[in-house]
Amino acid sequence: MTVSSGLPDIPSAAGSPTPLVRVESLTKLFPMSRGLFRRPSAHIHAVDDVSFELFEGESFGLVGESGCGKTTIGKLLVKLMEPTGGRILFQDDRDTAGGQTLTDIVDTSGKDLKEFRRKAQMIFQDPYESMNPRRTIFDTIAEPLSVQGIGSPPERMDKVRDLLELVGLTPASTMLFRYPHELSGGQRQRVAIARALVVEPTFVVADEPTSMLDVSFSTSIMHLMSGLARQLGVTYLYITHDLAVARYMCQRIAVMYLGKIVELAETEELLSNPLHPYTRALLSAVPSPDPAHQRDPVNILGDVSAPVNPHPRCRFHDRCPMAAPQCYVESHPPMEDHGGGHLVACYRV
Amino acid sequence: MADPILQVSGLSLRYQTRHGEVKAVEDVSFKLLPGQVMGLVGESGSGKTSVAISLMRLLPDNARVTGGQVLLDGRDLLSMGFEEVRSYRWHRISMIFQAAMNSLDPVYRVGDQILEAIETHNPELTKREAQERIAGLFQLVGLDPQLTQRYPHEYSGGMRQRAVIAMSLACQPDVVIADEPTTALDVIVQDRILRRLKEIQSDLNMSMVYITHDIAVVAEVTDRIGVMYAGKLVELGDTSDVFGSPIHPYTSALLSVFPSIRGPKRELVTLPGEPPNLIDPPAGCRFHPRCPYAIDACQTEDPPTVERGSHWAACWNPLPVQTGPQETSGPVSLEEQ
Repeated sequence: MTVSSGLPDIPSAAGSPTPLVRVESLTKLFPMSRGLFRRPSAHIHAVDDVSFELFEGESFGLVGESGCGKTTIGKLLVKLMEPTGGRILFQDDRDTAGGQTLTDIVDTSGKDLKEFRRKAQMIFQDPYESMNPRRTIFDTIAEPLSVQGIGSPPERMDKVRDLLELVGLTPASTMLFRYPHELSGGQRQRVAIARALVVEPTFVVADEPTSMLDVSFSTSIMHLMSGLARQLGVTYLYITHDLAVARYMCQRIAVMYLGKIVELAETEELLSNPLHPYTRALLSAVPSPDPAHQRDPVNILGDVSAPVNPHPRCRFHDRCPMAAPQCYVESHPPMEDHGGGHLVACYRV
Repeated sequence: MADPILQVSGLSLRYQTRHGEVKAVEDVSFKLLPGQVMGLVGESGSGKTSVAISLMRLLPDNARVTGGQVLLDGRDLLSMGFEEVRSYRWHRISMIFQAAMNSLDPVYRVGDQILEAIETHNPELTKREAQERIAGLFQLVGLDPQLTQRYPHEYSGGMRQRAVIAMSLACQPDVVIADEPTTALDVIVQDRILRRLKEIQSDLNMSMVYITHDIAVVAEVTDRIGVMYAGKLVELGDTSDVFGSPIHPYTSALLSVFPSIRGPKRELVTLPGEPPNLIDPPAGCRFHPRCPYAIDACQTEDPPTVERGSHWAACWNPLPVQTGPQETSGPVSLEEQ
């Protein structure tokens, strides 16, 4: 299915760059059943009616606590999972003459799907689990090429060498035939990056690529990824629980809470002027590496619950320090623009 | 100055492996005063957890202590017999494990697991008294006392961590060792647990060794910090001094590689290279292959101790004293890309 761009329902600044990915009302429910053959008794609303756009060449951060649905969005966007509802429109570069077109990838299959798989790649969190221990580094990185039928074997070898150099695993000749267990966590994550980039994707979902690594490795992986984004023009969806990492990796950040995006803004704007009470709590909970700094108290009530058949009200109302009677009766607040593309879903802002 | 409650001197520890002997901890010495919280920071493999488990005498079979003493009230924990160590564990010195790791037994009720520790070490207490103490501990860490009758799988991650903290306090120890107690938790839960832990520590005037890789957590929780690199303690001092004016280039690098959400956005610094293989650690200073300030002496001879007030480091070419107002983290950049 091909639809033209320019759908009106998502606010965006005039003259904004072209979207590479447009997500519309994306929803993913996971059925919960008690017993093997029972009907599902309830659903977990992992991602619930989420809309946003990723612009070409930007790095877009998806931030939130465990279980907020950020990884589910990542998997949906590279089609490792099928959504329950909504559309994921991906820029189709086959039709460059008449302006850009967006293709809904939810229903793609066959040749189109294979082409999409080349353009959209994913980097996983755990470099110890995401690689086959019996395969050499060369086999690991070259596999996407053979799946896609790109290049002859000698060409693939050259390509893999180039990529190893690019991600800083040098000299490439000494790395090619090693196995994952011979590499450190930081080196493995470089292999994972090389594997994602070998098919020259335009879009990469990076799911907490540095959270398993020690600090000295994680900053160099962050440097590498942002350098490659500039060099190769890759668009990232960068998933992380760490706002400080998102600050350095992303131009815009979306904050998620229980399956909903509650706030979306440019990075420095979000950090300096958080509007949603959840974002404020999240920011004030981050410890400060300055012994003299006194943090504000974290203003949030109770504990996080699971989004099992949630009430249609604001997802945050039961933990919100500023909830008003309105928040207990009306449906989840819509995302509203508070200036300069700073979107917030809250009645109290 | 008060007498130290815990004194570690010259602790060295090796692990036998198929590939050779890993020199995991080398000549580590520090003192812990009553009521003090000392942080041990370093990356994976720096030896911080090895130090912690040797304080508890929980070393695995392939570990061998090759030197040093751990004195608790003047008695050396490392040379005690097994029964005597058991009488010290939990009772005098206890440990908060990372709850994500399997520190709670899934088939016993959480309350019963804590009861077991109390029954072993305080046999004079009746069961009712012990249960009252457990209920009090649960309140102390911010858990509903009703939860003692539940199993670990019924707890969330944050609740499990609170239960593990309650367990470490069960026998009213003098020294508590906390090994990355909040690493697996989300920031909002981490914030609550750190605040509660600090309150408990100051109310009970407890002494603590806090082990973590997270510079920001150390900055908030500790009075003193020791920085470990490749099995050695490279810098030790009052937290504000170490953060304000680090002496060792590694400490400075560790402070500046951490991204922060506060203050102006600094250029992110990377630390080139990797920590050494401790089967065959570099001669001289173990940091010299990665150090931008290395001089010839660093490659061959053990570095001397540089003292500045409350604070020392082992370095041949120490960083100059920082004066005046500072940025939030060390300004030394090693490699800006």
